[in-house]
Amino acid sequence: MRSLGAVVAVLSLAFWGCEKKAAPAPAPTKAPEVAAAPAESDTILIGEVGSLTGSEAAFGISTKNGIALAVEEANAAGGVKGKKLEVRVYDDQSKPEEAANATTRLITQDKVKVVLGEVASSNSLAMAPIAQEKKVPMITPSSTNPKVTEVGDYIFRVCFIDPFQGFVMAKYARDELKFGKVAILKDVKSAYSVGLAEVFERKFTEMGGKIVATESYSKGDSDFRAQLTALKKQKAEGIYVPGYYNDVGIIARQAKELGVKAVMMGGDGWDSDKLFELGGAAVEGAFVSNHYSAEDPSPVVQNFITKYKAKFGSVPDSLAALGYDSAQVAIEAMKRAPDLSGPALRDAIAQTKDFQGVAGKISLDDKRNAVKPAVVLKVKDGKFAYVATVNP
Amino acid sequence: MYGFLQHVINGLAAGTIYALVALGYTMVYGVLKLINFAHGDVMMVGVYVGYAVAFLLGRDSLGSTGSVLLIFAASMAACALLGFLIERFAYRPLREKPRLTALITAIGISFALSYGFQLDAQVNVRGTQVTLLPGAAARAFPEIITPVEWLNIGDGEVVIWNRQVISFLIAIGLMVGLQYLVFRTRFGRAMRAVSFDHRVAALLGIPVDRVIAMTFMLGSSLAAAAGLLYAIKDTSVQPLMGLYVGLKAFVAAVIGGIGHVPGALVGALALGLCEEFVVGYTNSSWRDAVAFGFLIVVLLLRPEGLFGRVQAEKV
Repeated sequence: MRSLGAVVAVLSLAFWGCEKKAAPAPAPTKAPEVAAAPAESDTILIGEVGSLTGSEAAFGISTKNGIALAVEEANAAGGVKGKKLEVRVYDDQSKPEEAANATTRLITQDKVKVVLGEVASSNSLAMAPIAQEKKVPMITPSSTNPKVTEVGDYIFRVCFIDPFQGFVMAKYARDELKFGKVAILKDVKSAYSVGLAEVFERKFTEMGGKIVATESYSKGDSDFRAQLTALKKQKAEGIYVPGYYNDVGIIARQAKELGVKAVMMGGDGWDSDKLFELGGAAVEGAFVSNHYSAEDPSPVVQNFITKYKAKFGSVPDSLAALGYDSAQVAIEAMKRAPDLSGPALRDAIAQTKDFQGVAGKISLDDKRNAVKPAVVLKVKDGKFAYVATVNP
Repeated sequence: MYGFLQHVINGLAAGTIYALVALGYTMVYGVLKLINFAHGDVMMVGVYVGYAVAFLLGRDSLGSTGSVLLIFAASMAACALLGFLIERFAYRPLREKPRLTALITAIGISFALSYGFQLDAQVNVRGTQVTLLPGAAARAFPEIITPVEWLNIGDGEVVIWNRQVISFLIAIGLMVGLQYLVFRTRFGRAMRAVSFDHRVAALLGIPVDRVIAMTFMLGSSLAAAAGLLYAIKDTSVQPLMGLYVGLKAFVAAVIGGIGHVPGALVGALALGLCEEFVVGYTNSSWRDAVAFGFLIVVLLLRPEGLFGRVQAEKV
């Protein structure tokens, strides 16, 4: 088996090689300062880390569009402190280690004032300690796992957190759908999915429901039949799948194929048009909790949708809305801050109160989380239809 | 009991796909002693070609026998060409170099394909957008074989779909065909001779380059067929699909005895069932640990794999 040994050696070599290349070279101290000096005088750099490729690419691309729209508007309105804003985006390929590398690069090499990202909580958790250590504020648009902002006082978010999101779905399943027996299928590789499943289980049991089975999968799997076959035996009325759209679409199809009749439920991770392409008719009738609904008639939302459609040609999902909100919160804070140093900007972001974002009013609490309502949506005719709003 | 039966069906269906990919792996290894790590990614390219052809044919023609055959033919031909190009420009120049060099090149090609296909590239040809590279997002694979339930016991307790049976029969058929090709035809004899010692084979007048190129083309078109059946089964296509299946198929081929055609099939079915039972009855996190643990156990007990023959190392 000389060949297998060689394979392992080669693989480890290849990974070592990649890491070495991806990690930012410790920049020589003198040269970049000189180079950065003129650039700093006329633009303010905003850093963004997103999954532009890889398994959650649709999330990263929506967020990037939302941020780009907000920055474009701010620039059209004169920029901040007389300077234009510029976004520097690095792709993390939907991987935590790449997200960490990208963050280091943005902060140490590009010297960005604020970091925006990521969508997936696992990736944000890899980024947060770096931003915290370097004292550069980081705002995650849509990572809902509570641990993200617990990393430190430089980490913020403009969305609600999982305990609330899990509560919303558990309450809706118990009170409105009148479910007694629910099974859970979670992605064990994702902090988001594990956290949400945990909260849902606790809340649903507290409300008198019963979790009849818990199965797990790993992100990137494409065959979920083993888990679904095991779940099928339990005859649950609903299956809670707090995963991401790319896996959920396939799960729904295979559930249908295997004759599973339970109603599927999920969270904001389902939110992408890709869900309907991948899941087809199989996702019809499912319920999800989410940040905003494109059917919301309020002028803020409809305005945003019109502008977004004009620029990108599609209806924005909630990740685009939150990306837009996160950039706006950052820009507003920059305007209020006395200077753009890390601590000053941090304090300004922390003071955000009653800021009217597209996905609800944003007030940051002392744990740097946004407190805002959630909506419950139902999949109907290949899109999300608004069903209810649940307040915190 | 019903649950167990359904698990067996699921496991065989998963194993069938591993088997089809493993056949190509094992064949290229048998001739070249090269583990072609790009095999899974060639498979991915084949699926995208099939996707494009299905898209061009349009929604109305999906499900007809003619369109299925056309999709398979186009995809297999495209992959044969890709396999030929990879062999001609990436592996052939390295044939006399240490084996490690070709292995690293194979990994390089694998990454280049799977990450290259995550780029978005479109060109405008006389007013219509033509997509050259598909981009990172997963796409739903069209239902080119209309799904039909062939068996349904106890109101959805045990379900078998037509495509599971069709894939299984195709896998068996291809294995038999391949076995026939290798052991009963002139070309197969040439393949075996090249495998034994390609320098001596060349001295005896066997066109080594052509035999190796043909082997690659055959292996790559097998990969395309496997990929299409995989995409039909799991209904989606994305650029990273080949990495994972490729690795599993490699494990299956090694378990069966790499270079051994029926061994690859048996190894793959065993691996599929093993994974299915682990996920179904314990926890999904154990799946890969058990799959690769299975590999280690087999290699400890029978280093040549379940069916492989012990070979004296040539010095």
